[in-house]
Amino acid sequence: MSEGVRYQEYHPRWYRPRISTFWWLHRRSYLVFVVRELSSVFVAWFVAFLLLLANAVAQGDAEYRRFLDWSASPWVIVLNVVALAFVVFHTITWLNLAPRAMVVRLRGKQVPPVLVAALNYVAWAVLSALVVWLTLG
Amino acid sequence: MADSITLRVSRYRPESETQPTVQEYEVPLRKEWAVLDGLNYIKDHLDGTLSYRWSCRMGICGSCGMTVNGEPKLTCGTFLVDYAEGPVRVEPLHNFPVIRDLVVEIGDFMRKLPTVSPWLVAAEEPPPDGEYLQSPDQMDAYKQYSMCINCMLCYSACPVYGLDPDFLGPAAIALAQRYNLDSRDHGAHQRMDVLASAEGIWACTFVGECSTACPKDVDPAGAIQRYKLTAAMNSLKAFLLPRAAR
Repeated sequence: MSEGVRYQEYHPRWYRPRISTFWWLHRRSYLVFVVRELSSVFVAWFVAFLLLLANAVAQGDAEYRRFLDWSASPWVIVLNVVALAFVVFHTITWLNLAPRAMVVRLRGKQVPPVLVAALNYVAWAVLSALVVWLTLG
Repeated sequence: MADSITLRVSRYRPESETQPTVQEYEVPLRKEWAVLDGLNYIKDHLDGTLSYRWSCRMGICGSCGMTVNGEPKLTCGTFLVDYAEGPVRVEPLHNFPVIRDLVVEIGDFMRKLPTVSPWLVAAEEPPPDGEYLQSPDQMDAYKQYSMCINCMLCYSACPVYGLDPDFLGPAAIALAQRYNLDSRDHGAHQRMDVLASAEGIWACTFVGECSTACPKDVDPAGAIQRYKLTAAMNSLKAFLLPRAAR
């Protein structure tokens, strides 16, 4: 590009289409993306729920019982079931994307992306089993 | 198979219109004809005023990117028979201003591209007398990202670029990675300030549509996520070892 040539920032004759507020409904992949982003809210809710539980345990037996009663109320159960569905969706989409970000090379050769994803799933299963064992064991 | 197919082509004539209109053309439907052949038929036989870009007809020049039935496509590699019985909608690439008909304004991309220094940056010591040697494994590390033909289908597919035109964009970042991962290059530091900025990799929310649209399997979305990991590790290293040279 020569020094003399300058593009105008705004050109009255160019047609500039406006992007609809509902652009994310126009394509399935965009919708999946927005749902994945939205699922972060439910991840945050589970963190908050865990903190509330830890706080109740720290406050003693009576407070812990009160927390359990509150957790058993229908709306909290419904919220947690919905949150679980979103968190599972979040986890699966996240783990499927992991090999795209983590390109591992061993002795100059790329480790197959499927193997990277599989190891992530194995780690997820092992950690989940550990939590189940700690809670129920 | 029908012997013709309707193309519904977006027309924009800035001297007489304030927004695009749709014009229908009936073109022959032949097994070996791509959408671009249909457009060339219109230009040669039906309406010489139709404007669009094309050059090589073999998926290497990156000129003929358009939106075909809502998807960003190279029209030379998109065949009419795959859209039979029609009609086929042909529109300019999304997310770019339209100059005329199917021609979009790509100055924004052309300004962004050189900001990532998309060339081999030599080391400070003088180059060796002979050529720089590179093993097949070293070439393999960046080859995928070197396949980009700058067709801008990825920019057209990216909702982030559509909503935030300051975003550096998929192809520019993938091309930066093409040089960052090249064993002969020493420019990773000078690219980092541009890539690791708010308008660089961190603007990307990993919709992934750029990689779906890419006709050369470059996987710009993957390139961006890899660089996020690199930039995060660099920040961590700088935090833990503040006195180490950049």
